[in-house]
Amino acid sequence: MAVKTPIYMDNHATTPVDPRVLEAMLPFFNQNFGNSASRNHAFGWTAEEAVENARGQIARLVNASPKEIIFTSGATESNNLAIKGAAEMYREKGNHIITQVTEHKAVLDTCKRLEKYGYEVTYLPVGKDGRVDPEEVRKAITPKTILISIMYANNEIGVVQPIAEIGKIAKEKGVLLHVDGVQAIGKIPVDVQADNIDMLSMTAHKIYGPKGVGALYVRRRNPRVQLSSILDGGGHERGMRSGTLNVPGIVGFGKACEICQNEMAGESARMIALRDRLRKGLESKLDEIYINGSMEHHLPNNLNMSFAFVEGESLLMGINDIAVSSGSACTSATLEPSYVLKALGVGEDLAHTSIRFGLGRFNTEEEVDYVVNRMYEVVSRLRELSPLYEMAKEGIDISKMQWGAAASGH
Amino acid sequence: MAYSDKVIDHYNNPRNVGSLPKEDPNVGTGLVGAPECGDVMKLQMKINPTTQVIEEAKFKTFGCGSAIASSSLATEWVKGKTVDEALAIKNTEIVKELSLPPVKIHCSVLAEDAIKAAIGDWKKKRADNTEAK
Repeated sequence: MAVKTPIYMDNHATTPVDPRVLEAMLPFFNQNFGNSASRNHAFGWTAEEAVENARGQIARLVNASPKEIIFTSGATESNNLAIKGAAEMYREKGNHIITQVTEHKAVLDTCKRLEKYGYEVTYLPVGKDGRVDPEEVRKAITPKTILISIMYANNEIGVVQPIAEIGKIAKEKGVLLHVDGVQAIGKIPVDVQADNIDMLSMTAHKIYGPKGVGALYVRRRNPRVQLSSILDGGGHERGMRSGTLNVPGIVGFGKACEICQNEMAGESARMIALRDRLRKGLESKLDEIYINGSMEHHLPNNLNMSFAFVEGESLLMGINDIAVSSGSACTSATLEPSYVLKALGVGEDLAHTSIRFGLGRFNTEEEVDYVVNRMYEVVSRLRELSPLYEMAKEGIDISKMQWGAAASGH
Repeated sequence: MAYSDKVIDHYNNPRNVGSLPKEDPNVGTGLVGAPECGDVMKLQMKINPTTQVIEEAKFKTFGCGSAIASSSLATEWVKGKTVDEALAIKNTEIVKELSLPPVKIHCSVLAEDAIKAAIGDWKKKRADNTEAK
């Protein structure tokens, strides 16, 4: 069967809106367009009811109570609100924050900014498997520690962190735990009670909802978490996030959560089957390819692989009918290869050759087979063009060579 | 990122891919860049010792599309030129021909370096041979 190209396999970046989600959203653009904060007429009441329904759908997905869901513009804002809001609120208690090196930039750069304002941040390392050691978290806690921020699952390598163990330690030590749950919610079970999570960042557009709407779960009991707001205004969302609510977006977010919750078991099994088909297909056709990160603690829909001797951007250029992404420097604005892969101890030479496959709800077996074949064609062609592959075949150890006598890339 | 048509053409149909015998006294080999920087170019030329004309040029490149295109173009340009003419090729001419954006200028620099390194290697071989005699 012929597949339709281009094929989208970059579902960690964003996902298409599920048709069921879109259908739920549509009436809220021009029929039920009211402001959910308008308390004195039916337009407002209808909008408010829809928002509260969505709050319930989102809360159920992560085993929270609806009142603990604060709507935001997306996960970047949720991460900023959680970390800056807690840092300001608990400044008198302490000034120390613990995070880890493979966090999303929305967490790392927020922490870096707080360092400028006198906060101290510990950036824990990860092992070769991409995971933080919970005991390292315990050891890093000081009497001044007010917050631990560790992601549930990584956006590049799909590695799932030991959140339940870290949650137990945080609880025992009386330190708040913020979790960036963007890649995990809707894909694997996330339970804020079982995992002792105090704040959880979420976004709609990674789970087949619309862009521009997210949420922050903020625990209300045991302990009751308080946050300083970062946007001042009308005091919406229990005073934590002012601004008129994005009602259609929120309705879509809620519906997206409901679908994920209802279909998680089947969808997860399907993703794992597709992911394994992709991996086995590639491994049966190509030598010198390496998986980045633990496959044991892994999102069902992620595969991150290095294709030695072939630079990532040139690979993307060859497979231009397939949308995936690369950890190669050339695809980033900074000309530095992926800091996540570097943190795992993946050599920069291999980091430049990495490809992230992000499978999603709408991918098919036929698409996976097409991707395997195209990858094989392009990797083989580029290896014929690669002086490194030629040297490796001659038995020369590239890592032991003296490089960079002449001018280099950067 | 959008690539120019010329970069895409060189990427899809790279000219003069391959290797020449390294041990041949008339072959100069330039290997520049580093794997950890994401670019390595190997440029080889067969040079006529009497006329100093570059009779053959071959390349292999590990790098982005612009790096592949820069080295492919370099082999086209040096072929038929004398050593001195090839040494006069500037990276800015490669940038212009391929319409490389600012973030890809280093690819053209690497190609210029590869030309110079290959000719340098050939010159060194010749000097060594003369001494040996």
